[in-house]
Amino acid sequence: MNPGLRSSHHVDVSGANLQLDSFEELAIPLFDQLYNFAHWLTQNRDEAEDLVQETYIKALKGFSSFQLGTNFRAWIYRILRNTFLTSRKGLKVTMTVPLDFDEEEEGPEPAIERETPETLLLARSSHELLQKAIDELPVHFREILLLCEVEEMSYQEISETLAVPIGTVMSRLSRARQSLRNQLRPHSQQEAAPRIARGTNHGL
Amino acid sequence: MVCESWKARLDTYLDGEVPEQEMRTFDSHVRNCPSCSADALSRVQLKRAIQAAGKRFTPSAEFRKRMQQNIAPKPRRSFRLRWMLAAAAAMVLVAGALTSTYLGNRSGRDQVFSEIADLHVATLASSSPVDVISTDRHTVKPWFQGRIPFAFNLPELQNSEFSLLGGRMTYLEQTPGAHLIYDVRKHHISVFVFRERSLPARLSDSALQRDKLSFNMETWSQGGLRYFVIGDASAADIDGLAKLFKAAS
Repeated sequence: MNPGLRSSHHVDVSGANLQLDSFEELAIPLFDQLYNFAHWLTQNRDEAEDLVQETYIKALKGFSSFQLGTNFRAWIYRILRNTFLTSRKGLKVTMTVPLDFDEEEEGPEPAIERETPETLLLARSSHELLQKAIDELPVHFREILLLCEVEEMSYQEISETLAVPIGTVMSRLSRARQSLRNQLRPHSQQEAAPRIARGTNHGL
Repeated sequence: MVCESWKARLDTYLDGEVPEQEMRTFDSHVRNCPSCSADALSRVQLKRAIQAAGKRFTPSAEFRKRMQQNIAPKPRRSFRLRWMLAAAAAMVLVAGALTSTYLGNRSGRDQVFSEIADLHVATLASSSPVDVISTDRHTVKPWFQGRIPFAFNLPELQNSEFSLLGGRMTYLEQTPGAHLIYDVRKHHISVFVFRERSLPARLSDSALQRDKLSFNMETWSQGGLRYFVIGDASAADIDGLAKLFKAAS
């Protein structure tokens, strides 16, 4: 789409203006959430600010290609995520993700005992421990968990945001959760547990 | 084990993504299977914890201001229009603040209620639901001493249909509290007692039916303590036990 089109809003009260207003209506309420998500991805305040700013600029420019009535949230999250993945840090992070990321063999999930390490841990809940564990997840696991649990997106929305089929959403989510549970296990057990794609964030 | 096929889909179920027609069968299985309900509880706890921990970063005031200026450059608007827009924006902000406070309270409250229901179900599903097994309130009450940071009175049950089965310590939102289990006509009722000021959500006194879980629940505050009475017994029984507690405190 021609980005110049958007700048026509200075002609004053016109159709273009209406469109600009509806962009703000849709985009501004998502500001805090987008920032939170960006900060989780970049793990850095300055980079998160840059990422959010770039996302808004791109979204504003491309707004005419957005179809009103379809899912704006999934659309703008997708822009944010693509912007991140094509940034220097994003490329670095994804380079270490194995190509068969979603096809990795999934062993039978261990049954959860009533008093698992993580329930005990969570009972005394240390926010910080959990945040650290989420931070240490590979970026693909981190983002899908946040979209599902924090943004409370449906599988359909997540599938639109990440541009992957719903089946992949389900399997990736399941592995993200398993990986997080492993992280939360006390150290002795964690050493024994298989580490799924850990270490991918160490270069950050 | 038969449950493996259910467990494999437990996360999908808890995410609310199981097809509607299967939801009912899933519900009843989880409710009747101690192993699956315990498993579900543990997963729900993790979900909630991630949700809370995930809301971690807020934009700085400076960045917010910069962005507001960036996103909304409206150079040619007339003074009057601009003024009207500012007024409209202010109204939206006020309305937004009001609704988010309201929604925040409401979701905090709902979360407390569903956690109470979870605690009730998970305890009954456990093989040893109570830590102090006694029908005598004079045994149960002292047992809590030193275990929870407050004291409360247990009602006299003579001439009532209720009987005390025992008690255990419990936690709600990282706050220690007492959990008592009563029996009335083969129904089990849980009574939870917490310190009011330790609970994050402000709750109003109410009796309500958790239609989704088909429990009756009543909650009130008395003497700085927050009481919850919950069970699958009739609303009248729940209320009866609540009245006994209110009278004893």
